[in-house]
Amino acid sequence: MSRTGEGPDSSRGNGGRAHTHAAFSALLEDSAEELYESAPCGYLSTLMDGTIAKINTTLLNWLGLDREDVVGRRRFVDLLTVGGKLYHETHFAPLLRMQGELRGIALEMRTAQGARLAVLVSSAVKYGSEGDPLLIRTTVFDASDRRAYEEELLRRRQEAEHARAEAEAARRQAEADRQRLADALAVLQRSLLPETLPRLPGIETAVYYHTASPDRLGGDFYDLFPLGDGRWAFFLGDVCGKGPEAASLTSLTRHTLRTAAHHDPTPVTALTTLNTVLHERYSASGDPRYCTVVYGILEPGRDGGPATVQLASGGHPPALVLRADGGVDLLSTPGGLLVGVLPSAPVVTAGTTLAPGDTLLLYTDGLTEARTGPTRASLYGEDALYGFVAAQAPTTAQELVTALTALLKGFGEGLDDDTALLALGVPGIPAHPLPVSDDPR
Amino acid sequence: MDIRRRNNVRITGAAQGPVVMLAHGFGCDQNMWRLVEPALAEHHRVVTFDYVGSGGSDLSAWTEERYSSLHGYARDVVEVCEELDLRDAVFVGHSVSAMVGVLAAEAAPGRIGAMAMVAPSPCYVDEEGYRGGFTREDIGELLDSLESNYLGWSSAMAPVIMGNPERPELGQELTNSFCATDPDIARVFARTTFLSDSREDLARVKVPTLVMECSEDVIAPREVGAYVHGAIPGSRLVTLDATGHCPQLSAPEATARALLDFLRNLQ
Repeated sequence: MSRTGEGPDSSRGNGGRAHTHAAFSALLEDSAEELYESAPCGYLSTLMDGTIAKINTTLLNWLGLDREDVVGRRRFVDLLTVGGKLYHETHFAPLLRMQGELRGIALEMRTAQGARLAVLVSSAVKYGSEGDPLLIRTTVFDASDRRAYEEELLRRRQEAEHARAEAEAARRQAEADRQRLADALAVLQRSLLPETLPRLPGIETAVYYHTASPDRLGGDFYDLFPLGDGRWAFFLGDVCGKGPEAASLTSLTRHTLRTAAHHDPTPVTALTTLNTVLHERYSASGDPRYCTVVYGILEPGRDGGPATVQLASGGHPPALVLRADGGVDLLSTPGGLLVGVLPSAPVVTAGTTLAPGDTLLLYTDGLTEARTGPTRASLYGEDALYGFVAAQAPTTAQELVTALTALLKGFGEGLDDDTALLALGVPGIPAHPLPVSDDPR
Repeated sequence: MDIRRRNNVRITGAAQGPVVMLAHGFGCDQNMWRLVEPALAEHHRVVTFDYVGSGGSDLSAWTEERYSSLHGYARDVVEVCEELDLRDAVFVGHSVSAMVGVLAAEAAPGRIGAMAMVAPSPCYVDEEGYRGGFTREDIGELLDSLESNYLGWSSAMAPVIMGNPERPELGQELTNSFCATDPDIARVFARTTFLSDSREDLARVKVPTLVMECSEDVIAPREVGAYVHGAIPGSRLVTLDATGHCPQLSAPEATARALLDFLRNLQ
């Protein structure tokens, strides 16, 4: 390369520059053949059928071959490993024919000593003036290091895919396990509570149930079932603890009470039997377990008349009766003890009648012990409950439970214990008078 | 299932002419036939297609189970024949496709009336009393080659492999695209191609058959061509003056001439 207007004369008088220029020219004059033969990559040219017409020293040295054994005697594919041959014939050659050039294809060559040489090959077809293909020029780069790196990448990728597949399998397994557990829990859950409440003649019923544990296994329970003689037994209670441990006790308690009720439905007898069973079952293990419970018998009145209620309590908060006239009575059962702690426990009884418009409410302490502040120092409490209930009276079983459900929802995170509500009411006569314009509420 | 879209079926040439169906082999796609197609299309209706998993086929239709056997590829051929209601078509199969054609002709009699096999081999692996040219280890090396070209190819091929329906021009611009395929699919096709043994099927070929071998072919050497010719009753053998495994690219005129000669003699 020379710049016009800057002849040889211009460098005269500057020995250093002239010297550099001369050395540079000498290098350039020497370079064409030298560069081809000793380039840091392999060069070869082949006829269109692959016969090698020209090959540089670098590539011959890499392959350990003599020029006279190669030129005119071998084809490009002959220099490849068998896998390379197959790849060349099925991919490389067709692509080169169609596109006229190819870049950066990984192939393996075979040296005279039988070793493999990983290379990256680029080829271009040289065309004549008529557009007819004349020969193929190929450059070959030693790609041993790069191939090792790529193989490492591939290996890592395969490992990652393997790990991903394993993780996915584990996730599926966990999901299946979770589903299986949920199914099992649902079956257990159904053994703790009636799926639906039976319909009682002349009595309206409503329930609410909340479990604090995410597996929906609770320590609160309720039931309502016929005794077969026109009377109905009902109970609602709370076992110690939460979660699966509590649930197993809940199940025992429920089925003991049901069995006891069919044997002798008298409230005192039923709770005494329960006390005996729980005490016998748990006291020996050194892990005493107990519950509080209200158990009662309800006899619906005839033709919409008053129903009578007999109940007994073992350490449970008193039942409330919302009267048709707006008053609230406590069915107090003082002195009753936790069921299951002592070999024999005193059971306190109470009774009342439910006239049309009256509603009986049983609840567990999840309601009164719901947090109304950040700590357990501020709890909802019984007084607040009595006030809330008084403001609802008179009402129906369903409306009362609906109002209490809204109240509980308002506690949000504060409702951190299992909670159960059971309301039994005798509809008013008429059930509900049409609203009048000067409704005092 | 839209078979024409699934197999990227293209129909060119004389609408009323006898049908010639061109089937590509392992490696590339129907573009392999680009140089011989014009000569055939002058008087023939030319049908080209891509096997599911190759070229412009619908990759979502690919399953490893179906395409791990040459019968799966033969079903592609039969389904394309049925879709186009072809009768007595001349099936031209390159390389492994020649054996696919044998299976298709047997599975759907009447659809394929004659066959031309381009560089066929019924068995690439050496067996007792038979020289296919390769050992099982050689085939393993090919699979490694596919794998080692994976990194470079997959990045360039990603838009093609992923499919880019909203920007079809991307696929057009990419070089190397007609030999591109999902590496997992290529591996299955390679294994199916090079480890199948179709030698026993050849004796059951009942249609007129032309065997076209190349004078220098490292994949299907001349003794394999002679074997195929000898095993198919009444077949004709033509040796093309061509180097390599793809005479339709390296010697398109000679290939077209031999095919047209065969087609003329069928009528």
